Amino acid sequence: MSEHGPTADPPGGSGGSAGPAGPEPAGPVAPEPDAAVAEVAAASPESVTGPEPEDVYSPSGRARAIWESVLSGNSLTITILAIFTALVVGGLVNAFSNNTVLHAWGNLFSAPGHAFAAAWDTAVSAYVALFEGSIFNPHTVSALFQQASLSTAIHDGYLSAVFNPLSETCVQATPLILAGLAVALPYQAGLFNIGGQSQFIGGAIVATYLGYGVSLPVVIHVVVCVIGSFAGGAALGWLVGELKARTGAHEVIVTIMLNYIMAYFLAYLLSYHYLMQAPGTVNPITLPIASDAHLPLLFGTHLRINAGFLVALACAAAIWWLLNRTTTGFEFRSVGKNPNAARVAGMNVERNWVLVMAIAGGLAGLAASTVIQGTDFTLNNQSFGTYGIDAITVALLGRGKPGGVVLAGLLFGALHAGAPLMQAQTGTPIDMIYVLEAIIVLFVAAPPLIRSVYRLRRAGGAGAAPVLSKGWGS
Amino acid sequence: MELELRGITKRFGSLVANDRIDLSVAPGQVHALLGENGAGKTTLMNVLYGLLQPDEGEILLDSKATRFHSPKDAIAAGIGMVHQHFMLVPVFTVAENVTLGIEETRPSGLLDRRKTRKDVRELSRRYGLEIDPDALVENLPVGIQQRVEIVKALVREATVLILDEPTAVLTPAETEDLFRIIRRLTDGGTSVVFISHKLKEVQAIADTITVLRRGAVVGERPPSATEDELAALMVGRNVQLRVSKEAAKPGEVVLDVSDLTVADETGRVWVDGMSFGVRAGEILGVAGVQGNGQTELCEALMGLRPTAAGRVTLAGRDLTHATPAQRLRAGVAYVPEDRQEDGLIGAFSVADNMVLDAYNQPPFASGITLNLGAIASNAAERVKEFDVRTTSAQAPVSTLSGGNQQKVILARELVREHRVLVASQPTRGLDVGSIEFVHRRIIEQRDHGVAVLIVSAELDEIYALADRIAVMYEGKITGFRPPTVPAEELGRLMAGGSDEAPGPAPEPDATAPTPAPGAGTPGAGQ
Repeated sequence: MSEHGPTADPPGGSGGSAGPAGPEPAGPVAPEPDAAVAEVAAASPESVTGPEPEDVYSPSGRARAIWESVLSGNSLTITILAIFTALVVGGLVNAFSNNTVLHAWGNLFSAPGHAFAAAWDTAVSAYVALFEGSIFNPHTVSALFQQASLSTAIHDGYLSAVFNPLSETCVQATPLILAGLAVALPYQAGLFNIGGQSQFIGGAIVATYLGYGVSLPVVIHVVVCVIGSFAGGAALGWLVGELKARTGAHEVIVTIMLNYIMAYFLAYLLSYHYLMQAPGTVNPITLPIASDAHLPLLFGTHLRINAGFLVALACAAAIWWLLNRTTTGFEFRSVGKNPNAARVAGMNVERNWVLVMAIAGGLAGLAASTVIQGTDFTLNNQSFGTYGIDAITVALLGRGKPGGVVLAGLLFGALHAGAPLMQAQTGTPIDMIYVLEAIIVLFVAAPPLIRSVYRLRRAGGAGAAPVLSKGWGS
Repeated sequence: MELELRGITKRFGSLVANDRIDLSVAPGQVHALLGENGAGKTTLMNVLYGLLQPDEGEILLDSKATRFHSPKDAIAAGIGMVHQHFMLVPVFTVAENVTLGIEETRPSGLLDRRKTRKDVRELSRRYGLEIDPDALVENLPVGIQQRVEIVKALVREATVLILDEPTAVLTPAETEDLFRIIRRLTDGGTSVVFISHKLKEVQAIADTITVLRRGAVVGERPPSATEDELAALMVGRNVQLRVSKEAAKPGEVVLDVSDLTVADETGRVWVDGMSFGVRAGEILGVAGVQGNGQTELCEALMGLRPTAAGRVTLAGRDLTHATPAQRLRAGVAYVPEDRQEDGLIGAFSVADNMVLDAYNQPPFASGITLNLGAIASNAAERVKEFDVRTTSAQAPVSTLSGGNQQKVILARELVREHRVLVASQPTRGLDVGSIEFVHRRIIEQRDHGVAVLIVSAELDEIYALADRIAVMYEGKITGFRPPTVPAEELGRLMAGGSDEAPGPAPEPDATAPTPAPGAGTPGAGQ
């Protein structure tokens, strides 16, 4: 193996079929036609002279509408430009925090070319390593072709190594997508779910307990654990919704407080052997879950990508369907956009709050399931990581839409997956990706900034308001 | 200062919002811009105020061509604007709001509050504004807040003052005060551009009236022009300011309210033992000065507020404690007072808003899935039937003008199966053409045998629609009258002058049920 090999699983052993054709992490496809149409309609200030209503629906009309919305700086354009800008700024930050570069700039006047070259090299090599760690590493292909025959290559895992970066991206993206949905869905109903962490822990506790404490037949065990994690998270989400509906307690406060409560509750459970702490250890950790409860691997034992990724995609599709195609989703969106009008129209606003928080909690619980049953197989007092906070940035970058959350989750997943290789190859600290994430979110949250940098026209009137920057009061 | 606009054209895509508009405002004059919602008045003023750049044409100040790149330029040139929605900081005092953005400091670097207060007091005295510089803006009534906006413009030495729909939020008395202030301003040489769609006000205050329609100037008239002439210019056809209607043929009592009492969370009683009945095929108009419990009455009738005591029945079915959804299903159509706050979801499409309270009923839903096809075809049909002017049924309803938004609500409520129509301030903020449309539809409902309850603060509207008038004062009905009653008499009842005896009032016509609980369900509530 060359020094540029994948860092996660060294190849070797048996099995390994062709890898998945992973989705593009950062390339959102066509903008939603509805959104595009809405943008154009919003651009005409008053509707005095109504042209033919069918206009917008003809193919050429729709193409024009999409083009118009791109020109006038709609949210998709802004998002892509924000990511691009963040990469540029991140590159600069990286270059100018590097000692070699700083030294070269110290000799700017004696060797000006060297100073720029050093800065450029540092920034680019970090991004190349990031790319190789998260999407595609050419060295793995050359290693593949150095093998005697294709069958031995597959057998020794060299083929899997080619797809390992994509697999890692998907693995990292899975909990981010699910937790991101747990923020995006309530956002559509006008609620801010800051409680991804507590709901994650709730799901993790149930999934882990069912995983090691119960023995069930093969397929049923994993399904029960997944459903249990949903229920565990949903219970915490339901509690938040119920408190808001009955007492008016603000969900932001309640969820933040529950994050602490659940983190310490988990620490308590892991402190006593008669509760959940593994016997014979002093560490705050549970027994490993039964192998029956593991989420099945999708492409053999060399690649960590597992059924959890499919669960995440299915959930995103289901949430999209729920929001856009069902009466429940219609109620959620109505309550989110104008609770007064929703109430006048006969909807039960409070019941919708409870329901949407329960579903959101369940999604965060599923995120825990994909971590516990997909990669970690055990629960410790740090398992929840920063998923609760990352979820908010993923939902923000995804503009609160299920499709957007999937793309944003894949992007952040790719950053997380590529970071170790970036550190190993170029010495760039892993924290660099958090800088990148923060800059991306900063730019996404400030559309006027991006608009003025790229001189985009403003989408009519109040146009593309930043997605999460309204209504923290009430 | 003489202000002249020459050939101003402003386009938004294919839509021409202003089409070669010429306008000149002489010093010390009130120049009214009259036009329906969406005629381009506000666009024109935004061009003048530097918020929008004209595609063609020029702005001349004292015959000198000027360009405003931003409101800052316009303000520097002496143009002040009072927006329809005020731009004030509620938690600041009047003086702080006035000085915001042009704060003066003493040599020490501290804010010179004293000078600002003096300026406000001085202007207030000169123009009879009567504002206290130290009052908190959030504690002031709307009329006074508007004066703060005017002072803001005057402090910045405005010589041309643009008032965008200034009376939309004012009570009749506040409107009178505003007119008095405008006259004092013009006496001092300030010119005023007065934007409105209310004919009577424009006639009362303007020196010249320019009428806009579909972005173009269609005529300039002196204030002596008749109301009918102005309305015809505005709408582009002859309009009936008073929709003709036949005599009512009332049937059974459908909506029966007895001893209804409604209190808010603080225990304040807003509706105090009201009793009335509305018969099929008649319109009961509830008149009264705003804030006498009309809003609370309507909300209680819709189940949006708990009923403290009393009984509400619809064709014999008890709805006293029913949820809003149950009432809608029972056949109540509701046009809320505040259409943007309670009637529509601005970000939703016209099509979605047209099914806002029927989204879970067939044919719009089967099980829990929405039937998007049915929702779209329903919208296409209603848009045509109710002549909703929109670029598409998928456009957000917030992009529609007020009149068209109200049409969307009517299209939704009147198509649903219903026996009672409760409409609160159904034409507030609408232009003449839309008012005619809404009134026609309401009378049509009556003629189809629907029991109609109209709540309105506009006496004109009550007279135009009601077959029977109930006057509301401090949560009580002070009397029932036929629509032939003189306005002075209604005025007396609206001010709290009640009927002679507390017992059953003498019935003005045979169709009216007694206002006392006798008509409906005695012994209910309490």
